[in-house]
Amino acid sequence: MANEKWHEINPGAIIDRPGSSKENKTGNWRTFRPVTDKKKCIKCAICWLFCPDNSRIMVENGYFDVNLTYCKGCGICAEECPTDAIEMVMEEW
Amino acid sequence: MPVKAIEVSFAISEAVKLADVDVVSAYPITPQTHIVERLSSIIANGELDAEFILVESEHTAMSACIGAAAVGARTFTSTSSQGLALMSEMLYIASGLRLPIVMAVANRALSAPINIWNDHSDIMAQRDCGWIQLFAENGQETFDMILQAYRIGEDKRVHLPVCVNLDGFILTHVTEPIGIPEESEVRKFLGKKFEPLLRLHPDNPITMGPVGHPDIYTEVKKAQEMALFGSKKVILEVWDEFEKIFGRKYSPIKKYLADDAEILFLMMGGIAETATIAIEELRNKGIKAGLLSLKLWRPFPFEELFSSVKNAKILIVIDRAISFGGPPGPLYSEVRSALYGKNGNLQIYGFIMGLGGRDVKVENFLEAYERTRRCSQEPGKAEIIGLRE
Repeated sequence: MANEKWHEINPGAIIDRPGSSKENKTGNWRTFRPVTDKKKCIKCAICWLFCPDNSRIMVENGYFDVNLTYCKGCGICAEECPTDAIEMVMEEW
Repeated sequence: MPVKAIEVSFAISEAVKLADVDVVSAYPITPQTHIVERLSSIIANGELDAEFILVESEHTAMSACIGAAAVGARTFTSTSSQGLALMSEMLYIASGLRLPIVMAVANRALSAPINIWNDHSDIMAQRDCGWIQLFAENGQETFDMILQAYRIGEDKRVHLPVCVNLDGFILTHVTEPIGIPEESEVRKFLGKKFEPLLRLHPDNPITMGPVGHPDIYTEVKKAQEMALFGSKKVILEVWDEFEKIFGRKYSPIKKYLADDAEILFLMMGGIAETATIAIEELRNKGIKAGLLSLKLWRPFPFEELFSSVKNAKILIVIDRAISFGGPPGPLYSEVRSALYGKNGNLQIYGFIMGLGGRDVKVENFLEAYERTRRCSQEPGKAEIIGLRE
């Protein structure tokens, strides 16, 4: 949620510093959360490759998991995972 | 200042040249064509060091101006009628991005039926596009307003696009004696090149036109609204300075015999000059008539309107466009709304005339005055002067 008052915004809502999209925490748009079962994960990185938001991250020992700050819960990772290691679980916000 | 007999369209091109514009992008449409045709020659002849961006539509002409203004170029375009309608989407983006583009609109009727002649239906359809909107009533005013437009729009307190309206054919194609100042005087008035508050440049990346979510859009629109209202202070300053340098006075409402008038006519554009004759005829009959010619349509000059009508008994508002299915015309509708509760003794009447190039004559104004005694002003009964019925 933006906090700026109307007179505190740049003319034309221009964003005058690069990289500010990182501050847009899109994770709170999520309805379903991907839960990865390490036992099934074969470290193939297909989820990482397909994630449209760069929210699949490599964790310890080369396994893959999710960055919940930005994951919008689209479920593409779960759909593409060749070993069905990812399950989409309803978020309870 | 040397006075030259020149077609008003060509005088606009001269003003753009004197303003040392960097980018012109336009698509030809009657009756605007002469303006950009002459500019194309001026640039091709090397008289003006600028890019003329040829485009396939007015939508792209405005887009090109938006891109050019975003990197800090001084820009110009011009259009009419269907061209302005096609530009509509980009007009809102130009003002939303706060880019001081200058555009001359040679006012022309909208189709259908196709009609190339003058009225104000094109600009009235773009009333809410967030631009500063000026109305000229002769060639000299048009020329001056183009120069003023750059100074106003590029002021750091304003940063908004400016549209100069002139009546198609009635003004664009008429040859008038026009005072054209020396380049050095224009430099003095316009100052240095356009220096935007923020510009697109690879050395300092910025984002123009980001998404505005529900949590910020309201604040951005309020800021835009306040910028447009706030521009009036700058417009008045610029007009003061223009008068000091060039000797011609401008104000949001130009008055003619209005101070002691009981019957006031209010209108915009070239018909105001015709109306002065009608005012004189009414005065000769002992009727205290006067004229208000609105120069500043956006931001709307509320205070000047209030003070102009405070002694009047009847206000006759002349529209050059119809608001279909609503109050008779946009000017009438806004003036009446602005004056609600301000002067209880004032009766306000609205008339429409001069649609699609039909001549507006002195007797039309006299008829409007006569009809104030018997017209109804009820919804659905727009009073049109000169209608065969």
